[in-house]
Amino acid sequence: MSAPIKTLSIDGRDVSATAEQTVLDVATENGIFIPALCHLDGITPVGACRLCLVEVQGSSKLLPACITRVEEGMRVTTDSERLARYRRSVMELLLAERNHICSVCVSNGNCELQALAQRLGITHVRYPYLFPKHSVDASHERFVADHNRCILCARCVRVCDEVEGAHTWDIMGRGVDCRVITDLSQPWGESETCTGCGKCVQVCPTGALVEKGKSVAEMSKRRQFLPYLAMMRGRNQ
Amino acid sequence: MGPENLDQIAAAEKLRAQGMRHHICVCTAAGCQSAGSGEVKNALAREVADLGLKHTCEVKGVGCMGLCSAGPLVSVECGEDRVLYQKVKPDDAEDIVGALDGGTEVSRLVCDTRAPFFSRQMKIVLENSGRIDPERIEDYIAVGGYGALMRAITEMTPAEVVQEVIDSGLRGRGGAGYPTGLKWSTVAKANGGQQKYVICNGDEGDPGAFMDRAVLESDPHRVLEGMAIAGYAVGANHGYVYVRAEYPLAVKNLRTAIRQAERLGVLGSDIAGTRFSFRVEVRLGAGAFVCGEETALIASVEGKRGAPRPRPPYPAQEGLWGRPTLINNVETFANIAPIIRRGGDWFSGIGTGKSKGTKVFALAGSAVNTGLIEVPMGITLREIIFEIAGGIPDGRRFKAVQTGGPSGGCIPEQYLDLPVDYESLVKVGSIMGSGGMIVIDESSCMVDVAKYFMEFCMSESCGKCVPCRVGTTELHGLLSRISSGTAGARELAMLEELCEVVRNTSLCGLGQSAPNPVLSTLRYFRDEYTAHAAEGRCPAGVCKTEKEVHA
Repeated sequence: MSAPIKTLSIDGRDVSATAEQTVLDVATENGIFIPALCHLDGITPVGACRLCLVEVQGSSKLLPACITRVEEGMRVTTDSERLARYRRSVMELLLAERNHICSVCVSNGNCELQALAQRLGITHVRYPYLFPKHSVDASHERFVADHNRCILCARCVRVCDEVEGAHTWDIMGRGVDCRVITDLSQPWGESETCTGCGKCVQVCPTGALVEKGKSVAEMSKRRQFLPYLAMMRGRNQ
Repeated sequence: MGPENLDQIAAAEKLRAQGMRHHICVCTAAGCQSAGSGEVKNALAREVADLGLKHTCEVKGVGCMGLCSAGPLVSVECGEDRVLYQKVKPDDAEDIVGALDGGTEVSRLVCDTRAPFFSRQMKIVLENSGRIDPERIEDYIAVGGYGALMRAITEMTPAEVVQEVIDSGLRGRGGAGYPTGLKWSTVAKANGGQQKYVICNGDEGDPGAFMDRAVLESDPHRVLEGMAIAGYAVGANHGYVYVRAEYPLAVKNLRTAIRQAERLGVLGSDIAGTRFSFRVEVRLGAGAFVCGEETALIASVEGKRGAPRPRPPYPAQEGLWGRPTLINNVETFANIAPIIRRGGDWFSGIGTGKSKGTKVFALAGSAVNTGLIEVPMGITLREIIFEIAGGIPDGRRFKAVQTGGPSGGCIPEQYLDLPVDYESLVKVGSIMGSGGMIVIDESSCMVDVAKYFMEFCMSESCGKCVPCRVGTTELHGLLSRISSGTAGARELAMLEELCEVVRNTSLCGLGQSAPNPVLSTLRYFRDEYTAHAAEGRCPAGVCKTEKEVHA
């Protein structure tokens, strides 16, 4: 049994893929870089960060590569002037939204947001900073949630629900007032559903969810478990 | 229950109505009710009882009659004669009932129904609204209700029903104008044998729009009939009506209607002895604007957080519980029964080349007559605003008309002769939208208008995608600074640049269309923006600019 094979072109390069692959999968496989922050192999894609938007010939709208399935004869552009401009803007919006101060962050040097900003050549943010007041939840005995550094990618929500099966995390509020919460917005340490597995911490792209006891630049994430678990699950093991 | 039973009920109902010499119809829809029509109705009923006219005069509650600004409205019918009274108070009951037999009318209350507000309208969706009692299924059946459903399921194949809708040229009335027939045929073709669903989108959220509320309050059976016909056409046996909880009367009337329809057997199992079954459930929205977006609405019906997801897959392929789902707006469903009854060709004869039928608008803002109107597609904005709506009050000048709510735009004076259809409105930077129409006069500031709509989008953004969540907040911040006169050309340029980003990168329609009010006002009223930005002055004198505060 094999899935049908599709051929398509990405940035002028002819590539092949199986029907259930997404544009992002195929691009990554072929060494073509598409930025993404909410996406993580092993959990359901949601298309929320809008950084992986690509141009597809014949579509008037930009499509998120993480969720768009390949089609025969598809012609994808991942790096036009327009896309570069939009990605830059979206990154700047993310950086302006909360209080991202790398120099005092435990994840400094190991942060996906920071790394991507550097890769996209962002040296400054044009939009006014929003400077929201956010709290830090250090009630858990081993982990800390710092909402100032959260980008609402919802990786923690998904990994907790889909992989750990606890569904401790969710999102409350609307618009910029959105916040990730544990249980019904109780302190993390008092959560009755949290198993303390730490998967959320490991998949968090920034310094929003971290282990206690780390100082500046000491926190690095280990998320090798996720593709492995996803693969095993695929084999029903 | 079969077609002949419907005829019997209709005949009995007509006989009952003929037994009454006078019919006093009191609008009990939300607009008039808030003006006190409930007490008016009670007073009229008391007066009728006191004068011993109970057997010759009927007092009934009906749906919206349209001219909400003149409510409470009371219509007195005697045979062919009809008198409409406006701004009726409970104290007027004595005079109204007293004038019944003399054949006279209470002249101080009379509302001229020959006025353009009434004569220039064309009613299809609202044909029963203001005429029948929405809480009695017999009233609906007496005007031919459920006849189209009976005809569809006993005389037509599902494919013929779909074809009729395709022929009608009906397009989605929720705003985007997607061809309804095409949507139906897509769902009808989705893998056979699968469970499918029909959803009616009644999560009307545009500021100033109340078309769906009026339809659900005034003629709920019409919507149920349209849904049932849709269920038959696409092969679904289960429907959901998603209504916002802020519409308690619509919810109440809808629930009553479902109960009556099930009791009578026009909804439920094996309708009219056929193998077609269709049940309808009501789901209440908790007031999130984004839940009007179809994928967010579906998530909400499933009990999840109302947040949209990227399309494709479209709900027609993977909708509610992952099953093929037909989702249409209230007004779209309300058009279905007349199309089946009178034929798709009849419907496509009304309107313009690509926009068929009529459109219901909720007129609001700076107009003499505000309320609910239904006009044929292709009518000009000038006719709507200066004839039907009676122009601008207090001798002020017209400035713009806003259509499509927070997703639409402002149309200036030079386009007043534009025909109202989907394409023309898009061409000038607005959209048809679901039917909100706000008239703006010279006393309003367009930067302030844009800021108002951006504030709405900002607070209604679900927060899932970055450009909408943060972009609308930044746009609102920029607009606030421009309106307060503390921004310059740099901020104006940033505003335009950010509008483009939010429009092209947001996940769903809310974010993609959120910049529209800004872009359209920038297009036609740029001088107002520059006056704020360059001179720190609000030409309309609405915004408190920094300069004025200091002065």
